[in-house]
Amino acid sequence: MSKPIIAEIQKEQIRRLASEGKRMDGRGFEELRNLEVEVNSIGAAEGSARIILGNTDVLVGVKMSVGTPFPDKPNDGVLMTGNELKPMAHQDFSVGPPGPVSIEIARVVDRGIRESKMIDLSKLCIVPGEKVWMVFVDIQVIDYDGNLFDAATLGALLALHNTTVPARKFEVGENHKLPVNGWPLTVTSSKMDDFIMVDPVLLEEQVADARLTVSVDENDFIRAMQKGLSGAFTYEEVVKAVDVAASLTKKLRQKIISTGE
Amino acid sequence: MVEERLIGDDGLREDGRKPDQLRPIKIEAGVLHNADGSAYVEWGKNKVLAAVYGPREVHPKFLQDSTKAIVQVTYNMAAFSVDDRIRPGPNRRATEISKIIGEALEYVILTHHFPRSSVDVYIEVLEASAGTRCAGLTAASVAVADAGIPMTDLVVSCAAGKADGQIILDLGKSEDNLGEADVPLGYIPRTGEIVLLQMDGHLTKAEFEKAMNMAMNACKDIYEMQKDALRRRYAVGADEDKTPTQEVIE
Repeated sequence: MSKPIIAEIQKEQIRRLASEGKRMDGRGFEELRNLEVEVNSIGAAEGSARIILGNTDVLVGVKMSVGTPFPDKPNDGVLMTGNELKPMAHQDFSVGPPGPVSIEIARVVDRGIRESKMIDLSKLCIVPGEKVWMVFVDIQVIDYDGNLFDAATLGALLALHNTTVPARKFEVGENHKLPVNGWPLTVTSSKMDDFIMVDPVLLEEQVADARLTVSVDENDFIRAMQKGLSGAFTYEEVVKAVDVAASLTKKLRQKIISTGE
Repeated sequence: MVEERLIGDDGLREDGRKPDQLRPIKIEAGVLHNADGSAYVEWGKNKVLAAVYGPREVHPKFLQDSTKAIVQVTYNMAAFSVDDRIRPGPNRRATEISKIIGEALEYVILTHHFPRSSVDVYIEVLEASAGTRCAGLTAASVAVADAGIPMTDLVVSCAAGKADGQIILDLGKSEDNLGEADVPLGYIPRTGEIVLLQMDGHLTKAEFEKAMNMAMNACKDIYEMQKDALRRRYAVGADEDKTPTQEVIE
């Protein structure tokens, strides 16, 4: 992805609005964009979710197959998370193997799933040392207007919560729901000057100095964090961002669980 | 070998269609925020998105043509779009389909109006169930029109083929896998020209002609759906919020 060129006047406008406590789209600093979700619209996938967060549009699909475990973890299933920033989604994305931006997102989403233990990989073992379930979470960005971390994480969680293990197809028993638990949702804040706002749109992301993604689970435990870009946060700012993430993920979780399942 | 019946005694196909009946098709124009033009097609179980960027600068530069725009198509199937996961990234099949769709589209785009530039078309198959190249080309041509790029006509695409000894329209998944022939066709309704044609399987000349005619006739119906999608997008009072603006709300 080439470095975006942003007009000074646009930066100034964002700064001026921020100093008045405002944002370009009229949101407050701690307000998420409008969210729409669609679950299991892809029949060929074992589970899928479409997340439309403002103008950001992400589709996550889960595929499963039977494979061999890693030698160092003979009793664990395998989880793999991939992300593709396709040129369809934005003019700055190009064809080709995933670059650093794309890989960072995939890894943050993967870590959120793995470290929260929302999938107990030992339950995905079929024959120890020989046969385990492989879970592929593929994130496809369809339209990009900022904050892929949160959209992709949410999509992955929703897709996994709605995944059916295709056991019959691989002749290892009857189809059943993928055992998952928990909702380690993320909220991303971006910082420009001394202003910190959640769920940045693309332009806010492009003028940002620093970014912080915080993953919080349903018991208010922080499960993962990722700081990005070349700016810095103060200690107070981090604490505040975590508080904001905790309260926003709580609201988001209630909304998702009531609509998504 | 157990004989798999694709057409029942009542003359109906597995999914209840008559031999010359299309699967349900839904076309929508202008579905994406960033792209200059876009379209979404649901065709049976196929779900296909097309996005158009351009005319814009050519990358890589050496491809640029000083007399006309080039048309670059990237057809891609999502990893989760089929039964067995597809490894992401280009493959030989996708490369070929991208090429023939690009050539079909180039014919109707007035490329000489935009020398040294590129019209970039991205086709993403979100879910696949036979006939994605046809759905992809049909979607792509609506997306090019949605981008406001001048064209001589829309391109429409549809396949016909043969299963259980009968010529049938718009092959479904099992008909494609087990049938005797598949003829995908790209068509320009205004002139009756054919801009995409492939065939595999075995057909007599008469059967081939019947299949072509069947596909061309279906293309005329799909053409109406394409135009209807564009009309819905641009009719006065149509949904305006998809138009990207940089307006600042204060």
